[in-house]
Amino acid sequence: MTTSNATDLSLMAHLLRRAGFGSDREELERYASKSYEDVVDDLVNPEKFGEVEDEILTRYYPHLHGGIESPASWNGRWFYRMVNTERPLEEKMTLFWHGVFATGWTKSEHTPTIVDHIQMLRENGMANFRTLLLGISKDPAMIFWLDNNENHGDAINENYGREILELFSMGISNYTEDDIKSAARSFTGWTYEQPVPLYPYGQRSVKYLFREEDHDFEEKTFLGHTGNFDGGDIIDIIAKQEATARFISRHLYNFFVADEAQVPAWSIEPPANPGAIDDMVKTWMDTDADIREVVRTMFNSDWFKEARYKHVKSPTEFVAGVLKLSGEYHEPGPDLHTLATTISAMGQVLMDPPSVEGWHTGQEWIDGGTLTERVNYAIDTLNDPTKPGVKLIIDRVKADGDTTSPERLIDLLLELIGPIEIEAQTREALVTHAESEGALDWSSEESSAERVVQMLTLVVSAREFQFS
Amino acid sequence: MTTVERNGKTKDPVLVVVQLSGGNDFMNTVIPFTEGIYYDNRPLVGIPDDKSLPFTDTLAWHPSAAAFKRIYEQGKMAIIQGVGTEHASRSHFRAMDIWHTCEPEIVATEGWLAKVIREIDPDSSNPVTAVNFGRGLPRALAAPGVIATSVGDLDNYGLMSGIELQEERNRDLDIFKRMYTPAIGSGMVMNYLSQTGQNVLTGADMLAAAPQMYKSKVEYADNPIAKSLRDVARVHTAGLGTRIFYTSHGGYDHHAQEVPGHARLLKELTGAIEDFMQDLRDHDAGEEVNILVFTEFGRRIKDNGSGTDHGTGGGAFMIGENVKGGLYSEYPSLAVADWKFGEDMDFTIDFRSIYSTILNQWMGLDPIDIVGGQFEQFNPYTKTMV
Repeated sequence: MTTSNATDLSLMAHLLRRAGFGSDREELERYASKSYEDVVDDLVNPEKFGEVEDEILTRYYPHLHGGIESPASWNGRWFYRMVNTERPLEEKMTLFWHGVFATGWTKSEHTPTIVDHIQMLRENGMANFRTLLLGISKDPAMIFWLDNNENHGDAINENYGREILELFSMGISNYTEDDIKSAARSFTGWTYEQPVPLYPYGQRSVKYLFREEDHDFEEKTFLGHTGNFDGGDIIDIIAKQEATARFISRHLYNFFVADEAQVPAWSIEPPANPGAIDDMVKTWMDTDADIREVVRTMFNSDWFKEARYKHVKSPTEFVAGVLKLSGEYHEPGPDLHTLATTISAMGQVLMDPPSVEGWHTGQEWIDGGTLTERVNYAIDTLNDPTKPGVKLIIDRVKADGDTTSPERLIDLLLELIGPIEIEAQTREALVTHAESEGALDWSSEESSAERVVQMLTLVVSAREFQFS
Repeated sequence: MTTVERNGKTKDPVLVVVQLSGGNDFMNTVIPFTEGIYYDNRPLVGIPDDKSLPFTDTLAWHPSAAAFKRIYEQGKMAIIQGVGTEHASRSHFRAMDIWHTCEPEIVATEGWLAKVIREIDPDSSNPVTAVNFGRGLPRALAAPGVIATSVGDLDNYGLMSGIELQEERNRDLDIFKRMYTPAIGSGMVMNYLSQTGQNVLTGADMLAAAPQMYKSKVEYADNPIAKSLRDVARVHTAGLGTRIFYTSHGGYDHHAQEVPGHARLLKELTGAIEDFMQDLRDHDAGEEVNILVFTEFGRRIKDNGSGTDHGTGGGAFMIGENVKGGLYSEYPSLAVADWKFGEDMDFTIDFRSIYSTILNQWMGLDPIDIVGGQFEQFNPYTKTMV
């Protein structure tokens, strides 16, 4: 059912791939019955919709609870959220910030702090940037990851002071070494409470702690401002900087709009689309760093709407997108934790980025091994006519008519898994194969369904399916 | 030193890396069996002196490592004692990262063996220059622009391996090949994907030939490391130009149940390596192969009543027909005053010395850029390939 405000399906599919993890056909049609701007408004206001109850997983599958101290089960729970959430942008922003504030389980091996860290990103992902940066600065996982627990009033450790500027806000070459020292001094005493002993209690969450006696209360000069600053003041100054607006906007562009050069090149290489960054920076400065509004500007812009297939899916995006199509895990499954192995073989482990610089993105996701894993995963997951999402695709093809021509079959499948567009040679290879088997006539229900599934597995093997 | 030749032709040197994941207990592999302090601190996991297999006046093998004892007695094994590094980590992942990237102080993303591949095959002309057996590429083999092949199951490797009917799979692979044809105007990233897809197909075709060419009298045991090393033998003897093989043997993290667990793993590992060497000899394909067995760290001196916790100094093994057998570096001091952090064996040689030795003397490469500096080498070869 569409109204005059309905959105073109291709455009809506583009929005849902980027602002979420894709959709099945019914979900797509539901979203597309609204105007584009209204959908964007829904996406940037996730609190309008209910939350995913992922606690259900530990009730139904005690072994997931047993593995609660392993990041694998939490990777699985996160996938469950991605697939089932009615707040897709909330999960996508969480994944976005996870890449920016890349904090890894590897240096900690303390699962609860990493789980809390991700939840903090989820809760503040579209707040004012100050709130988010304050959350990160008081986050025990981050404090340990970047050694702020060793940043003392009488002996500073510059690690956090440096990275908050270089990687989390302004980007290199916008501040001096003295600014780093002042930032580090301002965060002295920001640490966490001693964790509860591991034995016999098991791992427990750790709380932020301000140790007044370890804080440097003296005067500091930071980015031209002088005062008896503490970390909160530093964050306040950082959030006002246009450099911060530019750097974070470029991150948003790289993640949501089109693949950019890798972050270390940003101080040298100009943005692919400077006008786009300017638009976001303007909103940032006008709204005093309201991330929700910057994101709204991005999704509503023409440059976003036009940027189709300019982004290589990350392993997480790829796997979640395939699961949206297969219709799996609408109910929690006992093997959810195996998805951690799946994405690991593709080069990404959630909650454990390779370094504080996060994951390299775009083309760098792809090598011979990871491409093989991706293609095989899509085929193996969708090669089953009984899965609900696959069944939905078969039913839609069947509803198209008593006979479906080979060309029409390919077009329908491209429509039903996207819509996505493919290059001429890809299409030719697919159509040639479809033609070799003639028109689809449903004289035998089972063999026709099998043919649809087989064709579907070929379509998702195409290069174009690796892009979003 | 002289170089190895066959039929007047110099053979290219090959490196086989076997990673023992989890932190192998070196102290219980190569046991200081005359030291009272060993028995005092390991009432549970310590190997009784009537069970261990002495091979010098002070050192004995774990009873399950009899195959290593035989290889050592043939003079084909270098034991590198007390391996570690400054700024080591007791975290598995961090410690393994350090071994994989040679960067103890920063988190790096280029693997040391990936840099080797780049040196050996700068144009990526052979997709099987480096082959890993296992799921997912280890970081040691990963770097932007470097092609390394990772094989989960050699008998069923490659794209569309889940499609059961071979005829159907071949047809689908053919369609895949057509879809992944690079075309003018497709854009850089799309063409990169096309090229990568074509490389995967070529690599898979090359590897598919290996099992068909292989015949052997050696019967490997039925366990994962034996299976992996048999796969290495199958690909190496096929002569596809592979210079680096990588595989892992997991489960060495013996915080608990170390006595039965470690015995089983050592039996699997040492037996598999002995079979592998025999297999290569039968194929006249052993002389060019150097095996490196390493682990991310050693384990705590004192046992915890069931197993041992993460420690510091460990040990590595270099094995091959051209290895000059013997003990290298020094066994870490067991005197309590010398215990690292008051509880670990310290290290006596930096792991990058091992890499530098292999790279320089076996592979014929300049090690400095690969391992990130100059590290003292030792001389563990009777002959080299370069």
